[in-house]
Amino acid sequence: MSASLVLVVVMAVMYAAGVYVMLERSLTRVLIGFLLVGNATNLLIFIMSGRPGSAPIVTGTASDEAMADPVPQVLMLTAIVINFGITALLLALIYRSWWLAQLGDEGDIVTDEHAEETTELTEETFRSSTEDEEAIQAALDASEHEDEAEGAQAP
Amino acid sequence: MAIILLAFLVLSVLTPLLTRLLSTRVFYLIALLPAAAFGYTLTQTPTIAAGDAVTERIEWMPQLGIALAFRVDALAWLLALVVTGVGALVLVYCARYFSADEPGLGRFAAFLLAFAGTMYGLVTADDIFVMFMFWEITSVLSYLLIGHYTSKRESRGAALQAFLVTTFGGLVMLIGVVMISVEAGTTSLALIVAEPVTGPVATWAVLLILVGALSKSALIPFHFWLPAAMAAPTPVSAYLHAAAMVKAGIYLVARLAPGYADSTGWMPVIVTLGIWTMLVGAWRAMRQYDLKLVLAYGTVSQLGFLMIVVGFGTRDAALAGLALLLAHALYKAALFLIVGIIDHRAGTRDWRQLSGIGRRRPVLAALALVSVASMAGIPPLFGFVAKEAVFTSFIDAGATGNGWGWIALAGTAIGSVLTVAYSARFFWGAFATRPEVPSTPLASDRWGILVAPGILAVFTVALGPLAFLLDPFLAVSADAIDDGGHAHLALWHGVEPALALSAVVLAAGFVLFWRRKSIARWQEGVPSWIDAGLGYGSTVRFVDRIAAQITHFVQRGGLPQYLATILVVFVLALGFAAAVNRTWPDAVVLWDYPGQVIIALVMGVAAVMAARVGQRMTAVLLAGVTGYGLVALFAFHGAPDLALTQALVETMTLVVFVLVLRRLPPKIAQHNRPVRRKRRALIGILVGAVMGTIGVIALGARQAESIAADLPRLAVEEGHGNNIVNVMLVDIRAWDTMGEISVLIVVATGVASLLFVSGRNPEILRVGASKKRRSRQQRRRVLDDPHVSNEGSAVTRQSWLLSASTIAAKNRSILIEVLVRLLFHPAIIVSIYLLFAGHNAPGGGFAGGLLAGLALVARYLAGGRYELGEAAPIDPGKILGLGIILAVGTAVASLFFGGLPLESAYFTADIPVLGHLSFGTSTIFDIGVYLVVMGLALDILRSLGSEIDIQRESGEGDGDGDGVPDGPGSEPEPAAQASSTEVSG
Repeated sequence: MSASLVLVVVMAVMYAAGVYVMLERSLTRVLIGFLLVGNATNLLIFIMSGRPGSAPIVTGTASDEAMADPVPQVLMLTAIVINFGITALLLALIYRSWWLAQLGDEGDIVTDEHAEETTELTEETFRSSTEDEEAIQAALDASEHEDEAEGAQAP
Repeated sequence: MAIILLAFLVLSVLTPLLTRLLSTRVFYLIALLPAAAFGYTLTQTPTIAAGDAVTERIEWMPQLGIALAFRVDALAWLLALVVTGVGALVLVYCARYFSADEPGLGRFAAFLLAFAGTMYGLVTADDIFVMFMFWEITSVLSYLLIGHYTSKRESRGAALQAFLVTTFGGLVMLIGVVMISVEAGTTSLALIVAEPVTGPVATWAVLLILVGALSKSALIPFHFWLPAAMAAPTPVSAYLHAAAMVKAGIYLVARLAPGYADSTGWMPVIVTLGIWTMLVGAWRAMRQYDLKLVLAYGTVSQLGFLMIVVGFGTRDAALAGLALLLAHALYKAALFLIVGIIDHRAGTRDWRQLSGIGRRRPVLAALALVSVASMAGIPPLFGFVAKEAVFTSFIDAGATGNGWGWIALAGTAIGSVLTVAYSARFFWGAFATRPEVPSTPLASDRWGILVAPGILAVFTVALGPLAFLLDPFLAVSADAIDDGGHAHLALWHGVEPALALSAVVLAAGFVLFWRRKSIARWQEGVPSWIDAGLGYGSTVRFVDRIAAQITHFVQRGGLPQYLATILVVFVLALGFAAAVNRTWPDAVVLWDYPGQVIIALVMGVAAVMAARVGQRMTAVLLAGVTGYGLVALFAFHGAPDLALTQALVETMTLVVFVLVLRRLPPKIAQHNRPVRRKRRALIGILVGAVMGTIGVIALGARQAESIAADLPRLAVEEGHGNNIVNVMLVDIRAWDTMGEISVLIVVATGVASLLFVSGRNPEILRVGASKKRRSRQQRRRVLDDPHVSNEGSAVTRQSWLLSASTIAAKNRSILIEVLVRLLFHPAIIVSIYLLFAGHNAPGGGFAGGLLAGLALVARYLAGGRYELGEAAPIDPGKILGLGIILAVGTAVASLFFGGLPLESAYFTADIPVLGHLSFGTSTIFDIGVYLVVMGLALDILRSLGSEIDIQRESGEGDGDGDGVPDGPGSEPEPAAQASSTEVSG
């Protein structure tokens, strides 16, 4: 197998640009990154089909010999359509979160939801089970013998 | 045996339902099942007495050698009788113990019944993994049963404690189980014991299994969970924590002892921990005020005792151990039930508040006395017989030179003294009349509740003198250890050392009870450094704190940081793999054809710019350029299907973006600091570099021949089509396509459910229902939308669209209206042509569906949501549903003709005008694909188009002032203006 270096380079550039925007906080940017990375991935599969050839349509003539590999094409065709579906879903999500949160001019920036958290706050999550355990320990301790009580109960 | 387990499962599932009908009487019904299992086990007695075993085997996972294998030998027989018998009695007791308004009664009954079944499975299973499975199920059910009072902190804490401890032990045991079964080459418990494996692996395996057994049977250092588990309802304590679950560990040790008692480490672990547990449990039992806790600590103590005896490894000790196990189950279950009755009648279990119960409830007191006396080992009860046999076996072992015999004897004798003391204290505590305490008010209770403890007490009494009847059966099991021992169970063995020892133990015990005040004072002075429960607490809190710290460390940022973490790991892992790679492609060309360089250059520049521009729409358009670049690449590369699909999808994507982004502010807010930007750029470039390298490597790494060579022949001969790509989609790899259109349906449903807030709007927006209203004159009238301005529509103008009158005049474009009017129907026809031509030429269901979707998009953009309703007056859900029904129908239909799912059939005919036609079922499948794709497009238009229009207009009508600048002026792109159906703000 051989590769066309130009395609590999443009794929790498699309990945780089896609990842760069994907790491932003604006959801639209994330989605644009998703589009770029999606296209880059299609290109990656495309590169795997090797050198160009004739369309994979059987004609019964000599050109069938130079046919391009149809397998990556099949994989990509469904990937393209599903990419579209997912893009629409992400757009719906973006709109929904913007509309629900009444973000207005803020747009679609996602916040660092855990930025304010500390270890102590996280630990609070476990407090309920700790309290449960202290409760049972207290119940057990309550039944233990104490000297003065015994004195009062002597027959 | 499998059928019994199945019955347990089915009845447990039904029990909550039955409880609704029968209330507490349901317990009588479900008690019949363990009773039946008890009866069935009794019918196996002749086989057991003959020294044989009843076996049953159903293959389960033959690849792993795991089967649902059951084997009832003498040991399993005894345990099965105990768990089913006590189980049935406890269930009967429950019918009186609980009132009808007990919350969660159905759930409780179901769990308790399931537990009985699980215990039965545990003791009869021969496959060690199946046994382990039941073992773990008992842990889970125990958790659910202890936590029955879900609103009580004590309940939850105790349940979690028991669960964590027993599952920890279970996990350790699993390692041992895997090790020993691999080492022995079999999963059969009977074989593993009959032909013991030796060597370091086996030694470790056995020790690991012992950890599981010790945790389950609450031996030190795991003993603390059992007293805590007393937070459970009393029947649970009686069954799980006296008779059944805690016996699982004892059972396993008894099962393994014939083969592994001489394994390294076994005796020190069993005897040392056993004695320690026996002494600590009894010591603490003497200090309790809560009657139930007296029994709980007593159980801990007795479990230590049992562990020593069954694990001791001599034939006589094994015999004595079985007798002790049975005796303990009988008296301890009865005592728990009796405490439950006292608790119910008096309202407290604290004996400091109890007085005069013995005098007023003589039957109850008598039953308790019998059981307590058996616990203390007083003749002629069964407990005495068992304890005698234990002492004798230890003395014999010591006399024959086994040093462990004397240690065990000393430990158990001291433990027995304490047992006598706390037994006496229990009875005195519960039933004595205390002059300084007012006589406890007792609620009346029906006699039925006494049935279960009564029957248990009868056995305790009867088995004392009749122990010789039981002896042959237990001896069969004990004989597995062939060391010349020949002891028999009997009430009277004559005057021998053990009898003297028993007398001394009893006397010493009563002295301790008599001197209890000074003993208690002395106990005060002893520090409770042996309380492992505190160790548990600090361990759990330590784990919690570590978990919190790790969580806080790795989950500090928002979405970008998580993404960055994933990508950095990706770069490091794959970058490393790429760095050590040695396979490169044979040849690398710079380009395939010169035009490729230009396309690539445009795509690269567009990608970089898309990442940098601040306007949303510009960025989207630039990303679109990379997509159209792909179209060109595909077209030049010999991939017409891809080029067609990509072009359609790219256009549709742009429209959908416009539909949503018209609502968002045009500028993308910049909140990222420059430092972050550098870091992002670095990660991006690294990912790009890694992916590029991987792409090159993957090309060189290919070793197998491409399957492409065979495909032309397959497509033509099997698929009756010339277009290989389409034939693969609808025939050769149709399962993939089926999965993919399912994803599309999920996506469409997702989009709709995100947008349609109050249910999917069933109403399809139409211009008007009657034909009259759709006449040309009526079209000019503004319809039911109050937000649409009427102004300007009075201008008489030729209308090219059905719903043109619903749009304000200034937003209409005659050019677009004419174009859409002229192109819509041809586009639909072409899409259908693409669908059918796709089998032999570029096209197919995906391309056709997308084109039809685009035609609808055009109608919507030109005429707004009413136009869309007119163009496709059908719920998109129905189109999607019809599409998937066609696809699935094709898959299923071939089954009826004896074919595989999705196997295609073809009908060929020569039709005069059209020529030779071949119509296959795969074409129907493709129609399904077409409909799904079109339905997706329509759904997106209805949601992201029409519904956003409506929400936007109603938003303005409410005047919520979301601060979004509206109107065409703010729309950055012409496409957005074409879509706008709104009035100018």
